[in-house]
Amino acid sequence: MSIATRVVADATDSPWTGFVARRIGRLVVSLWVLVTASFLMIHLIPGDPVRAALGSSAPGALVEARREALGLNDPLWLQYVHYLQGLLGGNLGISMTSDLPVAQVIGDRFPATFEMAGLAFLLAVLISVPVGALMGVLTRGGRRRRTELAFTSTSIVVAAIPEFLLAVGLVFFFAVQLGWFPVAGRSDASSYVLPVVSMALGSAAMLSRIVRVEMLSVLSAEYVRTARAKRLPGWIIYFRHALPNALTATLTIGGLMLSAMVAGTVLVENVFAWPGLGSTIVASILAKDYPVVQGVVLVYGVGVLLVNLLVDVALGMLDPRSTIKEG
Amino acid sequence: MRTSKTVTASGMAARWLAALKTPVGAVSAAMLFMVLAMAVVAPILWTGQAEEINTKAILQGPSPEHLIGTDSLGRDLFYRLLVATGLSVKLALAATGIGVAAGLVLGTVPSLLSRRIGRLVTAFVNIAVAFPGLLLAMFFAVIFGVGQTGAVLAIGLATAPSFARLTQTLVAAQSERDYIAAAKLAGVGRVRRLLRHILPNIAEPLVVTATIGAGGSLLAFAGLSFLGLGVQPPAYDWGRLLNEGLNDIYLHPMAALAPGLAVVVAGLAFNLFGEAVAKTLGTPTPISGKGAATQHIHRPKTVAPSTDVELSTSSSDGDPVLTVNDLFVSFPGPAGPITPVRGVSFSLARGEAVGVVGESGSGKTQTALALAQLVEYPGSVSASRLEFLGQDQLSSPSRAQRQTLGTSFAMVFQDPMKSFNPTMRIGAQLAEVAQRHLGMNRRQALARAADRLRAVRVPAAERRLRQYPHEFSGGMRQRAMIGMGIMGSPALIVADEPTTALDVTVQQQVLRLLSAIKEQDNVAILLISHDLTLVGQVCERVLVMYAGRIVEDLPATELAERAMHPYTQALLAAVPDMETDRDRPLAVVPGRPADPSRIPAGCAFASRCPKADEHCTREDPELLQRDDGHRVACWHPSRGTGSERVPIELKLHAAALQGEAS
Repeated sequence: MSIATRVVADATDSPWTGFVARRIGRLVVSLWVLVTASFLMIHLIPGDPVRAALGSSAPGALVEARREALGLNDPLWLQYVHYLQGLLGGNLGISMTSDLPVAQVIGDRFPATFEMAGLAFLLAVLISVPVGALMGVLTRGGRRRRTELAFTSTSIVVAAIPEFLLAVGLVFFFAVQLGWFPVAGRSDASSYVLPVVSMALGSAAMLSRIVRVEMLSVLSAEYVRTARAKRLPGWIIYFRHALPNALTATLTIGGLMLSAMVAGTVLVENVFAWPGLGSTIVASILAKDYPVVQGVVLVYGVGVLLVNLLVDVALGMLDPRSTIKEG
Repeated sequence: MRTSKTVTASGMAARWLAALKTPVGAVSAAMLFMVLAMAVVAPILWTGQAEEINTKAILQGPSPEHLIGTDSLGRDLFYRLLVATGLSVKLALAATGIGVAAGLVLGTVPSLLSRRIGRLVTAFVNIAVAFPGLLLAMFFAVIFGVGQTGAVLAIGLATAPSFARLTQTLVAAQSERDYIAAAKLAGVGRVRRLLRHILPNIAEPLVVTATIGAGGSLLAFAGLSFLGLGVQPPAYDWGRLLNEGLNDIYLHPMAALAPGLAVVVAGLAFNLFGEAVAKTLGTPTPISGKGAATQHIHRPKTVAPSTDVELSTSSSDGDPVLTVNDLFVSFPGPAGPITPVRGVSFSLARGEAVGVVGESGSGKTQTALALAQLVEYPGSVSASRLEFLGQDQLSSPSRAQRQTLGTSFAMVFQDPMKSFNPTMRIGAQLAEVAQRHLGMNRRQALARAADRLRAVRVPAAERRLRQYPHEFSGGMRQRAMIGMGIMGSPALIVADEPTTALDVTVQQQVLRLLSAIKEQDNVAILLISHDLTLVGQVCERVLVMYAGRIVEDLPATELAERAMHPYTQALLAAVPDMETDRDRPLAVVPGRPADPSRIPAGCAFASRCPKADEHCTREDPELLQRDDGHRVACWHPSRGTGSERVPIELKLHAAALQGEAS
């Protein structure tokens, strides 16, 4: 009884402890599911993956040797143990096509993808927060119906275009027609413009709509009326009282968007022949280079999980209630 | 249950038809119809043209023979594009079907199986939902192999988790309904409950989501085929055409642009149509909202001469704190303007506590907001005179006026739970008043805030300053709200139902606090309430409002014995006291309050008034001075306690008055 009350008291003293513990618990479980799924992937493929990779004309001895090298002849549980051990030691296996360690392949390709996704997310936030907040302030309480209509319809259409198709359009217009930017590849700063913009634009459109709607609902909240009753100037009402509240809700969806962006790089990278993980995973799937596929899937998955964790932590810092709520 | 099903189905048809009447619904439905028709017709009509190889016309640009040119085998791209509609749509629908089926299974299993297995499935779905669909699709594409079938399975299974999540939510919501509980009691088994009762009721939102999901699958399929993981040659869908066209984008941009455009249009058609239907179903989309606005008060064009305001200032304590004449508040309504406040005139002396009472919709709150100049767009306010501390408030406010209002005019709102900003510490919210209007720096302002919190009897004020509103109890918050009002040196506190949201015990503390502040600093108080007892406790004078007008203005001491307006008497009669027979239903004011969008001619109370005659329905009585400090707007004023004079209908029960008033 006394222990129970102490635990409760501790939890109320610092909501952060319980909050962080719950989040880490969830992360560990998700990681385990991810690792297991990526391990099982190769075993779920119907037939012999090595035979499939090497082709039907490959000699049986070679297939057998390759199976032995990959440890595929061991019992499943032993393979699982080896796989986990390898992961802990940073060993993701050997590429079947290039014979390079998978960890090295990923290390080479990761920065390009990370830069692209990171810059795109930054750009999307930098566009959507001011635009959405401004549109919220301008169209609050049913003002400026035409502005609202123009904004809403434009953002719906832009958000509905998938990144890779937008990328094709941008390439045609800005690279082929105008020649301002390179068509493909990753070299100097100008080569980043089109990939990053095509990744960011749709997300920015979607996010700015969300920011606007959140801003509208916050501006009609009673605490904003309180702020007005205090005769605070408009900018304080909008920036200090309204925006942080609007952003807490935005952040949740922004986080989902960011993790979708991590995956979206796959397509955009292939439009621009961008030397990142996305073009690697597609090439590896087509070449049936399963260890590389496994490794890249793992990296993407971990990226998504980390993004979700960061969003939760940021949310906890922005909105003190969310640490208490549910968890 | 047969009937309920058919009702659902016909209602569904009606709602989907309603969606067609909206502009977005109509356009997207037409687009969707075109896409689907093309998907059926094009492969039948034009497969021949689309696959005819012509080595003499390789990689040509757009021309009259080949509208968007030819590919590397000289095949006509326009026909290929049209024919590809068939495969693209078919595969997208197949994938969606798999996704819905798998999602339904995963989503309903938790309600059928044992609690433990159900939890496991739910947890798994929750983890899977966190991963982006494309990533899942690639994972499954590896397992099922590169190609058309693999891609259909992959995209289908990748969309399953989000469908499962939706199904779970919907099933859970339905399971709590009464009719499910009734079916359970009637001994209907789990499976039967699910199939016959729950599923028909959640079918509609699922179908809508599936429509939107089909658009998503179409885009995803285009993505996989573009990557070379989906449709394999010689078959072709839009993604495949894009894949083939992109390499030659320098020579032949249309080959890449046209399929891209087709994907976008078809995706939009599914998406927008689904959204349009969802909107008519009333899926919550918080688009509407009221915003913050600087209130502009207009002088009416014809300035009515103020007749009786000067006389009504009862306690003579120098200049009045607030004077208002002919205050009107109106909002645009669907059938002409709604006018919740119609010509309110009164003034408040220093240190005077005045109560405003009336049923809900009588215009109390709008009057308070208009006085505070907080009426929000699209509302508009007009008055022939509005002065606060001798300053005219009718012109747009100067900086000095804002400062005066900020320091001397305090507001306390009804719900302390919602009136503080949840993301700011209490201290910062109090301090900003002093920082803004008293020129204090942050440290000084926080010190002042701590002092003010102590003044409103919040214990451990320094520690409390660093806390967030959710760490305060309701009564504590309302006291902090009052503390915020006295950060400056208020001459007037307007309190709009300040105790309605609080416990009875806490109510008394808050009222005593307001009275103490009034006594100490000679602060005027305008207390808005539906509770006559409470107003009589705190206030010296009472304004009774009905349908946007003051119908009686009398000293609080005279309330019980000398009220003259039949409405006041009826309100008094509705107040239960110690002698009220508790076995009988509580008294209420008979009839319904006047609708502010349709105020009748003559006296607005006439239809509910036992004394009303033909004169009352013809001409609106003016608010006239009777004897010292007592004004009444009635053609037949008479003294007496309400219970004697007014026949009361004893129909409704206890909560009625509370419910009406809150």
